[in-house]
Amino acid sequence: MKIKKTYFFPLKAVTALVIIFSVIAFMSFGFKNDLTVTNAKNEIINKDSVESVKAFMDVYKVLMSPRCMNCHPAGDIPLQGDDNHLHNMYPQRGKDGKGIYAMKCSNCHQPTNVEGLNTPPGDPNWHLPPANMKMVFEGRTPRQLAKQLINPKTNGNKTLQKLIEHADDGLVKAGWNPGEGRTVPPLSHEEFKKAWITWIKTGAYAPKP
Amino acid sequence: MITLNINNKNYNVDVDPETPLLWVLRDTLGLVGTKYGCGIAQCGACTVHLNGAAARSCVTKVSSAVGRKVVTIEGLSEKNDHPLQKAWIELDVPQCGYCQGGQIMSAAVLLKENKNPTEKDIDNAMAGNICRCGTYLRIRKAIQLAAEIQRKGG
Repeated sequence: MKIKKTYFFPLKAVTALVIIFSVIAFMSFGFKNDLTVTNAKNEIINKDSVESVKAFMDVYKVLMSPRCMNCHPAGDIPLQGDDNHLHNMYPQRGKDGKGIYAMKCSNCHQPTNVEGLNTPPGDPNWHLPPANMKMVFEGRTPRQLAKQLINPKTNGNKTLQKLIEHADDGLVKAGWNPGEGRTVPPLSHEEFKKAWITWIKTGAYAPKP
Repeated sequence: MITLNINNKNYNVDVDPETPLLWVLRDTLGLVGTKYGCGIAQCGACTVHLNGAAARSCVTKVSSAVGRKVVTIEGLSEKNDHPLQKAWIELDVPQCGYCQGGQIMSAAVLLKENKNPTEKDIDNAMAGNICRCGTYLRIRKAIQLAAEIQRKGG
């Protein structure tokens, strides 16, 4: 007697698996687009969303400290002091971020700090972000700020490599040499730089809302 | 020895390069039209021009002025006939007068860059110059008048 061979084909199970994998793939695609950035130069070397977000929260503490946030205000007048009050005499941002008329930043902010308590801190390149890209820190949530920082359209046209280099910008480092009467950011510049680079190199993930 | 160009004249001064320019103007050279107000760039009484830009001379090291053209209130015009000076006299702006040199030097930068400033432009531009007598309204009017004089070629 010839036995007819029959093959069991788990059609329902396979269909279910296909659907599940499709959903997972779709969701992960959407998730990736929402939370990470990459570029063509493979500047991100080791994606790790947990480590990245953890590093960013250290970065965020620094960026929201008065020494950083005071020159990244929501309005067109810089902030001043450890309590982030509007800058005395209300200097305006101006188109290039360097002030207007006889109220340009460098009229008072010298290339170096002025001696004495609460005197103008100095840097040769003292300025706010320009009017056409204000790079606001004030009022930003961690997620908003992270997304703003990694987008060249909102970060001053910086690639990830330029962002990494920006940690050593003279005006950024001036935050750790603020002159008498002002607190420094909550991390040392070395710790900040390490967190900044870690955040970027592990995928520049934005914290969840 | 430091060489400074002030009001189109060269001066050799023997001072510490860290000395604020204001001290050199007033104490070394006797150009006392520029006033000491706060000493920390908060009031504007010490405003001069460095290569045409306003500078708070109380916090500007004299070494920063080397190789640059310094203009003080004494050198704003040759015959005290800058449109701002004419307007200031016309409207009798000063009360005690202490801050007025700085006010005029700041206003001169404004009028150089903006020939027809609005009231808001004036307020924004002059917000760093404090007047304890409160002559702000006359200052604003005088700047508007000076702009008009300037536009007419005066």
